[in-house]
Order: sequence, then structure tokens, then C-alpha cells
Amino acid sequence: MSLNFPLYLDNAATTRTDPRVVEAMLPAFTETYGNPGSRNHAFGWRAEDLVDTARRQVADLIGADRKEVIFTSGATESNNLAIKGAAYMYEKAAAGSGKPRGHIITGNIEHKATLDPCKRLQKEGFDVTYLEPGPDGVFTREMVENAMRDDTILVTIMWANNEIGVINEIPQIGELCHDRGVIFHTDATQWVGKMPTDVTRDNIDLLSLSGHKLYGPKGVGALYVRRRRPRVRLVAIQEGGGQERGYRSGTLNVPGIVGLGKACELCASEMDTERDRLRALRDRLEQSIVSRLDTVQVNGHAEKRLPHTTNISFGFVEGESLMMACKEIAMSSGSACTSASLGPSYVLKGLGVGDDLAHSSLRLSLGRFTTEDEVNYAADAIVTAVTKLRELSPLYDMHNEGIDITKIEWQAH
Amino acid sequence: MAYGDKVIDHYENPRNVGNFGTTGEVKGRKDIGVGLVGAPECGDVMQLQIKVNDEGVIEDAKFKCFGCGSAIASSSLATEWLKGRTVDQGLEIRNTEIVEELSLPPVKIHCSVLAEDAIRAAIADYKTKNGETAAAETTAH
Repeated sequence: MSLNFPLYLDNAATTRTDPRVVEAMLPAFTETYGNPGSRNHAFGWRAEDLVDTARRQVADLIGADRKEVIFTSGATESNNLAIKGAAYMYEKAAAGSGKPRGHIITGNIEHKATLDPCKRLQKEGFDVTYLEPGPDGVFTREMVENAMRDDTILVTIMWANNEIGVINEIPQIGELCHDRGVIFHTDATQWVGKMPTDVTRDNIDLLSLSGHKLYGPKGVGALYVRRRRPRVRLVAIQEGGGQERGYRSGTLNVPGIVGLGKACELCASEMDTERDRLRALRDRLEQSIVSRLDTVQVNGHAEKRLPHTTNISFGFVEGESLMMACKEIAMSSGSACTSASLGPSYVLKGLGVGDDLAHSSLRLSLGRFTTEDEVNYAADAIVTAVTKLRELSPLYDMHNEGIDITKIEWQAH
Repeated sequence: MAYGDKVIDHYENPRNVGNFGTTGEVKGRKDIGVGLVGAPECGDVMQLQIKVNDEGVIEDAKFKCFGCGSAIASSSLATEWLKGRTVDQGLEIRNTEIVEELSLPPVKIHCSVLAEDAIRAAIADYKTKNGETAAAETTAH
């Protein structure tokens, strides 16, 4: 089989929209183009029917009721609505009262779309605890429990980390939150559609998901908002026409929503076989690289991680030159959202990965359209590139001469 | 990040990769100057070795580099430019010339600075080994 270059191994950044999703969306542009808010004619009713179907498809994927699904523009918006909306609703004291407004628990290796809303709330008088994971990157129930206070109002922990794919103890943390009467939000962007999800079994109150991470279109996502036991309420962040039960005003993105729904339906039916296939490919990729190079480290917990993602650090080579050497492979060095900043990944630093290793890590994320030939090619290309760069690397020479590079007095510039 | 053609050329075909011996081996050799600059946590380390003949001319130069494509290209270019120069002429190489030659974007200027630092460090090492004072270096400016 011939390969089409560049190869795409960056499915944690975004996925190719499934052609079946695109096909489902097309009539919503040119035929069923009504505004679902138009209650007095057929165009509006038909558009509303499409949105209802999509709402059911999304709800079915996560074990929710359709009334609990709020459509948004994506997981960043969902996170903002969940975190700020819950904080304002459940605050202990009003803004401007000068009293502590409440305590929020999150993690220091969360996505920026969680960290930045939390930082905003901190400026506004909320107290935020940023949990630090161990070297395996996992946030546990115990960590959350130890950070809990009487005034804790919200816990927000991602289900699976976007850079390392590590899976947190979400059902257990959810159970703890329910025991304590604390609202629990999870950013499940990397998880939903790939792994089985049941918001009731898993004790979730609020869950963010994104269309383009699960073979749907960009610009659409959803927030699950629990309606029973407990009934979760939010203060709206975007105000206007009162769409989505008042939680998210703005005319619905019908084509996007139809695509998200179809993508969720496909994930529900194909998830099990896809997961097994990708796990086998990921393991093959990882083994092929790790077995042929020394001083290589797979980051994060060995088992508790997404089956289609791997994050590997290579000692003595620099990440950007490694990407350059593998330019026919699309992959990520650090997270795509922050790779413009050139610094080592804050997620890897949060795990205690040294600067030298954090500088040279690759995230490879496989997806529905990844083939075995692509994986084999990528493994060979990466091994060749690392070998070439190590021939150039003064640090690798020192390592082989038995010099401990951490003991040298480097002149930082 | 898009790289210029010259950066890609140096990166794909780096000139003068290597050394004249391990750190221990070249330590006692008076004809060789070694510069090691940068830091692993900053993401770039350059090692430059120059071999100087009796006339004070750099007859060979070798480099190794841990760093991005621009850092590798800057050090590769530095070895090309050093060969055939006297040590004092070597000190005349400016990072701005490297920036110009390789068309480095602003975020990569530090790579050229590092290359100039490596040149200065290697020449200073050579001079120290040969009993020349730091004053000799400053007069060359």
C-alpha cells in the first residue's frame, strides 16, 4: 500500500472529519437551513428536528438524557461555561462582598482551557488549589480528598490528559464529590468517543466534549449538565436569546450540531473495535521505537492512558530539530496550543520530567484513519532521525563518555 | 515553523560534524581550542573545536550541536567560515552575519549569538592554552 505524505499522527490535536459526518451535514446547509428558534414555520421545525436527533446521539454516547446536553462552540467554551457558570452559581459570597467566594480544585497539568478560567476566578476572589500529580501524571481520588475543604464548591479534573493521554480516577473523584455535595466537572475532550462513558455510573455533573476530536466538525461541542441527583445549575456566560435552556444564547450551529451528532453515533458503534485496533498499533509503534534506542522514556502511567496516544522523550536530542527531521510526519512536540512558545511542555515539567527530556518529546496520537503501514513508517523515521541527531549531539557524546551532564556548570544564556 | 533553504541545507547536510577527540583527549593539546556553550535546559548546546597550525591559522574546525535546526545550521556555518582564517580573524565573525546568511527569523537570533559565543570560547581556550592573555583577545576587537 502506498503512503500519502505527510502522514497524520496528531489526532489528539484534531481529527479528520469522517466523510459520513460530512455527508450528514450537507443538507443542513442548503435544504434544512431554518433557524431552530423559528417556532412558526416548517423551516424552523425541521431544523429543530435535526437538532433533537443530534442531541439524542450525543446523549446516547455518554449515557445522558437529551435534555442534559447543551450545544456550544467547542470544549473551550464548554469548560468556561461549566467552571465559571458553576462557580458563580454556587459561590459562598457575592462578588464585591470582600468575603472568600469559595474553593475550587483542579490540576496543574490541565489544559489551558481549564487553567485560565480558574485563574480568572482566582482574580475574582475564589480560592483555587492546583493539584500536582506524581511522576505517572495521574490525579487520584486521594489527592482530591486531601485538598477538599468545607468551602469547596467545584472540582474540575480532565478525564484524559491531552499531552500524555494519562487517565485520571474520574469515577472515584466523582463519587467523592457526590458524597461531599461538591459539583464535579470533567473536561472529557480526549476521552469521549474513544472510551466508554456513562455520566451516571461515572458520577459526572458537568462534562465537556468537542466535535473535532471525535471525527466531527470543528467549531461545535457540548456541555453535559446533570439535571437529577443533583440538579446542577449554572450562571450563563453568554447571554442573549435564551437558547439551550438559557445556558448558551446564540442561534444554534445546525450543520455543526448535526455533524457532532453523527460523529457521536459513529463513535458509539465503532468504539470497541477501533480501540482494540489502535491499542495494537500504538503498542507496536512504541515498541518499535523503544526497542531500538537507548535513553528513551515513555511519559505517563504505563497502563492508565488512552490506547491511541503515546508521548515519548528522547534524551540528548532537541525536540524541534527532531520534528524537522521527521517533517513528513505530522505530530506534536508539546501541545499544539502552546508549541509556538518554544518552551518545554508544562505538562511534562509537571510530571517532573527534566528540562533536557521535556525539550525532546513527541506526542503521537493515532486515529480512525491511521494504518499499520503509516505506523511502521513513522517508527523507522523517528529512529533514524534520533540516531542522526545523536551523532550531532555533544550531550550524547558526554553521556557515552560517562560524563553526568547534570553536573556540568552550564552557562545559561 | 518554516525554515529558510540555507538552514535546511545545513541541517540536512551539516558540514564538519565531529571532534578531534573526546573532552579528555583534547584537553592537553595546545593546537586545539574547545568551546562549549549553551545549556541543555535552554534547549541548545554547541561544542566547537578548532585546530590551529603553527602560523596561527585555523586549518580545521568541527562541531556538535544539541539544538533546533537553526542552531545546528549556525554552528555548521561557523565551522565553514572559521576554516582558513587566523584566530584573530575568527574573532571578527559576528552573529549578525550568521543571521543574514541563514535568513534567521527574530525568534532564532539567539542561535546565532550562541554560535558567536562558541567561536569566542574556542579561540579563548586556544589562546589560554598557548599562554596568550585575555588582553590579546580584547585588542583584536
